[in-house]
Amino acid sequence: MIRLNAISWRFRKVWKRNLLTVRETWKINFITPLLEPLFYVFAFGLGFSGMIEVIRYGGAELSYVQFIAPALVGTAVMYNAFFETTYSSFVRMYYQKTYDGILATPLSMEEIIIAEIVWSATRATVAALLIMTVLGIFGFVSLPFAYLLTPVAFLGGLAFGALGLFITGIVPSIEMFNLPFFLFVTPMFLFSGTFFPISNLPGWVTPVARALPLHNLVELTRFFCIRHHETPLLFSLIYLFCFTIVFTLLALVTMRRRLIK
Amino acid sequence: MDAVIQVNNLVKQFKDVTAVNGLSFSVESGECFGFLGPNGAGKTSTIRMLYGFSPPTSGELFLFGKDITTDWREIKSRIGVCQQDNTLDPDLSVIQNLTIFAQYFSIPRKVARDRAEELLDFFAMTHKRHAKVMELSGGMVRRLILARALINKPDLLILDEPTTGLDPQSRHQLWERLEKLRDDGLTILLTTHYMEEASRLCDRLIIVDHGKILVSGQPTDLIKEHAGHHVFEVETEDPSFAAFLEKDKIPFDKAGERYIVYASEDSDLKTTLQEKTCCAKWTYRLSSLEDVFLRLTGRDLRE
Repeated sequence: MIRLNAISWRFRKVWKRNLLTVRETWKINFITPLLEPLFYVFAFGLGFSGMIEVIRYGGAELSYVQFIAPALVGTAVMYNAFFETTYSSFVRMYYQKTYDGILATPLSMEEIIIAEIVWSATRATVAALLIMTVLGIFGFVSLPFAYLLTPVAFLGGLAFGALGLFITGIVPSIEMFNLPFFLFVTPMFLFSGTFFPISNLPGWVTPVARALPLHNLVELTRFFCIRHHETPLLFSLIYLFCFTIVFTLLALVTMRRRLIK
Repeated sequence: MDAVIQVNNLVKQFKDVTAVNGLSFSVESGECFGFLGPNGAGKTSTIRMLYGFSPPTSGELFLFGKDITTDWREIKSRIGVCQQDNTLDPDLSVIQNLTIFAQYFSIPRKVARDRAEELLDFFAMTHKRHAKVMELSGGMVRRLILARALINKPDLLILDEPTTGLDPQSRHQLWERLEKLRDDGLTILLTTHYMEEASRLCDRLIIVDHGKILVSGQPTDLIKEHAGHHVFEVETEDPSFAAFLEKDKIPFDKAGERYIVYASEDSDLKTTLQEKTCCAKWTYRLSSLEDVFLRLTGRDLRE
């Protein structure tokens, strides 16, 4: 059962609650997005550049680091949003009973769900902005044009946040999150045109890769960061939008079934 | 005027268990209403339906004359709920737990802060204002949960086992606060396992088992009706003792070797029993709500 009429702007109060808790620990929270892309850029830039001279992508010739750097923005959006609505939401829901407390107020279950997804997208967007800035300083991202990515990063965050919360609604225990990470997130991280163009994959795999949400997000981030892309941008945008709608509705169903007895 | 709570033929059915089986009762304004029953009697299931957490399978549930299934938002903004579990937010400090909770009720920030300070003062927690929830003792956690339930100045306070697991000092402290709130005219619905708590706080109560009401009434009336005025607890192995009680139609229960004999105020049972069981170990005390509870719900362990 989906109760769309139980959703109002009140959800932002739960969003604010999450913001307040992060403000206490923001320094630790944002070290990862600042350092992680640098590790990748240095590892692949120094380690791989001798082996891979040039990447042909979107009608241009790019150095390997130029190719992967914008993808790191997209993968960070995925990881931040997905982690937030899986592990973090599960802790709030199951161990801290935060939702139970909130449900004794005028807020609805549906508003908590929307707040969690929007919150995860917020975190993902902030991480993306930080990474873009760091990469921009090193010249791998064209600033300030790349900041136009912000709403798209937010949409990507909503998509992966909704997916994560849908899974949180069905996992029996917190250990089980290993499974979607191992079976879905990690392969997507590797095969979405992040570390090599999907045109390098065998013919039958390419359409599969193209259908992955991360591929569409990475195509968009690459366009905003270095203005090259292979998949039609409008297609990727519509894809992410539909993905968000579908998985938000699914999250509303699974989370409600899990919590409201 | 409408009753604060009006429950008609309420049913809650889980997969293969009927937790609440046709419950009907009402709570009037300004009264402290006790909802007693052993584990699994359907107390928490009922409370969860009352504050709109879980939907009833069938039956009607009105608070302040409004239907919980349609007017849940308005009803929830007028009640305070003290859940059985610790649902305080461990990511927040003591004062934030109150002010953030106030935001869920759309209480203006300034009003919320004043109200939070008032409540901290009322519950003697001002010095813990900036402490983390994890650092609080069990008694303080309970007091903070209660303070949080009062942040919206509710017209109805729902308490689900508010003193379970507390030491006697904390329990008495909490009772004093609850008495103060009751005397100020707040309507309270209380579930508890402590009969002492129920006798002390409740104007009226129901005892529920297997999702159905067994009795309802004022604590003193219930005691008089079901457990007399005095209780003799006699430990004897004399097999003729039961026959003696049965012959004279004296109400009693048996728990192992122990007979619990109920006597009315004016009975001369004491002398009779003393003669009959001169050498047995025995206690003589006033009847209590606990006697009523055990008589009605049995002495067997639950779960």
